[in-house]
Amino acid sequence: MKIGDLTELAARNLREAVLRNSLTTLGIAVGVASLVALLSLGVGLQQLVDRSVARAGLFDTISVRPRQSTPFGQRGGGRRDARDATNMEPPRVLDDAARKEIAALPNVVEVNPEVRFTAEARYEPNSQLVMVSGMPASSQGSGALDGLAGNFFSGPDAEEVIVQGDMAKRLLNEGQSLDSLLGKEITLRFAQRQALPPPSEQAASDAPNQAVGPDEEAMGFSIVPSEKKFRVVGVTPASDTGGGRVGFNNSGMYLPLAVAEKLQVVQGSDLREMSRSGTAEGVRYAALNVRASSPAAVAEIESSIAHMGFAAFSLIDVTRNLRTFFAIFDLFLAIFGSLALAVASLGIINTLVMAILERRREIGVLKALGAADRDVRQLFFAEAGVMGLAGGIFGVLLGWGIGRAIQFATAVYLKRQGMNSPNIWSVPLWLMLGAVAFAVVISLVSGIYPASRAAKLDPVEALRYE
Amino acid sequence: MNVTETQASTNGNAIHVDQVSRHYQMGGAIIRAVDHISLEVRAGEFLALLGASGSGKSTLLNLIAGLDRPTSGAIFAQGRDLAGMSSEDLARHRNRTIGIVFQSFQLLPRMTLEENVELPLRLAEIPRAERPGRVREALDRVGLAARVKHRPTELSGGEQQRAAIARALVNQPMILLADEPTGNLDSKTGDEIMHLIAGIHRPASGPGRTIIMVTHERALAEQYADRIVTLSDGAIAREERLR
Repeated sequence: MKIGDLTELAARNLREAVLRNSLTTLGIAVGVASLVALLSLGVGLQQLVDRSVARAGLFDTISVRPRQSTPFGQRGGGRRDARDATNMEPPRVLDDAARKEIAALPNVVEVNPEVRFTAEARYEPNSQLVMVSGMPASSQGSGALDGLAGNFFSGPDAEEVIVQGDMAKRLLNEGQSLDSLLGKEITLRFAQRQALPPPSEQAASDAPNQAVGPDEEAMGFSIVPSEKKFRVVGVTPASDTGGGRVGFNNSGMYLPLAVAEKLQVVQGSDLREMSRSGTAEGVRYAALNVRASSPAAVAEIESSIAHMGFAAFSLIDVTRNLRTFFAIFDLFLAIFGSLALAVASLGIINTLVMAILERRREIGVLKALGAADRDVRQLFFAEAGVMGLAGGIFGVLLGWGIGRAIQFATAVYLKRQGMNSPNIWSVPLWLMLGAVAFAVVISLVSGIYPASRAAKLDPVEALRYE
Repeated sequence: MNVTETQASTNGNAIHVDQVSRHYQMGGAIIRAVDHISLEVRAGEFLALLGASGSGKSTLLNLIAGLDRPTSGAIFAQGRDLAGMSSEDLARHRNRTIGIVFQSFQLLPRMTLEENVELPLRLAEIPRAERPGRVREALDRVGLAARVKHRPTELSGGEQQRAAIARALVNQPMILLADEPTGNLDSKTGDEIMHLIAGIHRPASGPGRTIIMVTHERALAEQYADRIVTLSDGAIAREERLR
């Protein structure tokens, strides 16, 4: 029989016992709905974490420091291996040569110095201590500034600032909107290095220091207070509206990287580098941020940098474990969700076995008129498949509704707790299509036994059945 | 079976039953429903299988129809050995070579007459566009053209049997098997049905069909059949040529 005729007859047969078949289909729908609702929560939570990590720029970023440096507050100065304990040679300095060497590694997109310092931000009449970071132009398209009000920097040398939402709130008066800061000027007061004049003989004997910047080479520097005005071009969302961390560093304000470098701000690492280094000349970096072409390339780059003698750190291992966790989490959710579908499949078997008993004579007639065993089997398969398809589609809609309800209830609850309500629910297309396909497959598998039983019916016996 | 055997077995016969037996195991006993029957039915012949209840006439008809398989022996329909056919081929045989009319009509009550008659066409995978014309033609032939949208339960017994005949003929088979076609009808309606079957056997125009009819009414058989084969205890007891 052709598929069109099979489907038509199957649909007709299903319509005849409409209540029973509807209940069976509803059973499948409930099973699919529980599967979709649970998996959509799993997927939503995973996406939430992915978004947070991606926003922090951790998937494709490697922080590079000299071996003794201490990334992310670790004690002992980053990664050490057995070689460190025996190798008493001075560690490599993170200078321009090292930067070029790292930039030449395969799959490295860019290498930027980490410029990060503490400053006082004044927006009359308020002032706040703020952590300021230099932000490379590449951050504009990285998703790090999702939800940014205003614009990114107009150019690499623009004297502009992007303010993090929470910091903007602290600078503004009560009741003022974050957007009101756009276009205004903020004054940053910071500690600046100033090159010392050529040392006198006395000074030379007293201060055998090396300078850190090109201007201070072998001369040392003094620290002077300085201030500069910056125009606010963007405000990131505050943490209670889904914002928070921006970029690799959790800072309150961001300047174009080149501008931040030119400020010659004293950074925490300057004194350490100066006291450690005896002979180095040229620029030294406290840390470099290396951006890889993809998260997949991070491990290899990290290993190459470690072999170059620097401490390299990325969160790729952490995220890998996170993905494993979510894969297992989703699997468990899918198993629990599928339990209802497994029960529903018993309903399909029951419905179809009942249909065989009721339609025994009809099967006999079909065979007498020329239906092959295959036709009868396919007819019952088609009925199971139609129930699965209808149940699957309805189940996806139901699951979508349940997910929306959970999202809404969660949002209300979190809001009452004074917390922001991130989107913890997501029904991607693959989940919808997969759930419908899964329902059809489960239904067809459930239909195997009844269909085989119907196909094997002896037509003579079936025709005698009253 | 080779070509020579096929030709020999056909030899102008629509059906050739050769030493066919159908035995059933019932506990320790063997029921010989049909026992070593040999029979030839010429193309275009009207054969009546007569016998008391349990004589094996319906079993023999089911074997010829390909609804059942013999325990031993061979059955040739239009020259093809049914015993050698796969279940798919047997299904095709039931769909194309023969048409079956049952005592209890066996129309599907959930379907209209039109849909009932269309069923063999669906199974034969006849193009959808071709079907309505053929259904109309078959129903018109049995005088039910005006009842196409009716369900079997809305028809009288005679009308239902006429619809069943239309369904049996819609694929234009050359052999019509009828199992007590008037058994559930009153005598007047029974006569009408027999008249209809006789018309199918020898139509006013066009080719006639081979008819094998099971009945226990001798008068009916004598009135319409060319030949009567009487069965008793699964074997042929008597054979009479009437025409």
